[in-house]
Amino acid sequence: MAVLLLPVVKIGWDAATGGLGANPIEAVQNRLGFWTLVILALALVPTPAKDLLGVSWPQRLRRILGVTAFGYALAHFLFYVGVDKFFDWQTISRDLTRRPFLMVGFAALLCLVPLAVTSTDGWLLRLGYRRWKLLHRLVYVAAALAVVHFAWRVKADPTRPLLFAAVFALLLLARVPGWIRAARR
Amino acid sequence: MARWKPDLRGSEATPEETWLRRRDFLRLGAAGAIGAAASALPLPAGAGEDDPSGEVLPVARKLEMAGGEKPTPWKSVTTYNNFYEFGTDKADPAKRASGLRVRPWTLAVEGEVKKARAIGIEEILKMAPLEERIYRFRCVEAWSMVVPWVGFPLSELLKRVEPTSRAKYVVFETLLDKAQMPGQASRILEWPYTEGLRIDEAMNPLTLLAVGLYGRVLPPQNGAPLRVITPWKYGFKGAKSIVRMRLVEEQPRTTWALMAPTEYGFYGNVNPAVDHPRWSQAKERRLGEFFRRDTLPFNGYAAEVAGLYAGLDPRKLY
Repeated sequence: MAVLLLPVVKIGWDAATGGLGANPIEAVQNRLGFWTLVILALALVPTPAKDLLGVSWPQRLRRILGVTAFGYALAHFLFYVGVDKFFDWQTISRDLTRRPFLMVGFAALLCLVPLAVTSTDGWLLRLGYRRWKLLHRLVYVAAALAVVHFAWRVKADPTRPLLFAAVFALLLLARVPGWIRAARR
Repeated sequence: MARWKPDLRGSEATPEETWLRRRDFLRLGAAGAIGAAASALPLPAGAGEDDPSGEVLPVARKLEMAGGEKPTPWKSVTTYNNFYEFGTDKADPAKRASGLRVRPWTLAVEGEVKKARAIGIEEILKMAPLEERIYRFRCVEAWSMVVPWVGFPLSELLKRVEPTSRAKYVVFETLLDKAQMPGQASRILEWPYTEGLRIDEAMNPLTLLAVGLYGRVLPPQNGAPLRVITPWKYGFKGAKSIVRMRLVEEQPRTTWALMAPTEYGFYGNVNPAVDHPRWSQAKERRLGEFFRRDTLPFNGYAAEVAGLYAGLDPRKLY
């Protein structure tokens, strides 16, 4: 799944060739956030793909997609801490306690932490499938918080955050038939 | 890190030889653009390769008013713009504004004036000797640049229309033309973009009616053919591509203050002590620099303008 690293390769390439524009730090920060949302959405595709279309091969990609989404989210956060704010803890702590736009983004990241930790086969066995699945529904909370974070970030044009909101809503909706089927069983 | 030395006596013009060497750093490319400050890591910003282009303006005198700091490279100044009439991405204006028709261009000056007039851009360009003024430019989004504007004090124009005693504010209106300004098709802001200044702010010698940049005519993405620059205020206060100035008695309703009253006030004075609700205004990133630097009260122009606000609560002047 090296393709999931292409956005990072592109960032590296653009950084080396001047393609990040006049404010490269802002550009990298925005791109990492954007790709977090894209890959998080992709991670939610396999299950409805199987339920609705009977396509089951994407199932094998769920884990790598989910873990990669977490990786992008973490990179986005670490870039903010270590590059954008350069470990200015005073500003960072104020940001994360007083500014709702940053608080929801941080909360989204925190939601993803237990999911990344329990992404291994070992944890799946330890928790049992039922509990594991319940825990991993946190991904919807993370997605919702991430979209709100994006929406509060933009100054005037809500088009792109709304697009992500629509995509996540559709992906959630696409799971309903599967749930109904499971309930009947 | 080179410490900040406020040198705000803008009356000292840059020595000729410094001026002549002003593009040396541009030729050095990205590394040079970042400056010699030891703390600045070289960022491959890609800016600086491109020399200024466009029609050369006759500049009568030069005022260095950014504490001796090097201007931000032309390429950065002309490719990183907030000009929502051409899209909300900062790269949009440079891509989409090039077709803006800036000739002929007429500015209507009306309202509480004795001599309301419509003035053609050609006349405006000859109205007063053109000056180059190197100002700091601080965006409300906490980034900043140093820009060599070309223009003349707005007061030169306003004096000619003879404001009446009821003229308390000046309203600036940007062109409204969906065909030329594709961003106006979506109602993300109330068009036309409207900004305003108190009359004493508008008459302050720092307030510039800018028609150029780096000795050339203003590129469309920077607000051609004429815009207002108030260097002690956040950038959004400087209306671009202005077609109308109205002198009025009441404080006008301005675009961003209407859009988000808790985030953008009428004054928009640069103030590190008053945060934007979503981010701190205490520091800013100068384009081309790695580390954020401290934001200065009134963007470093307190000596020139703080007197305008004597007796007013500075916390209300965001």
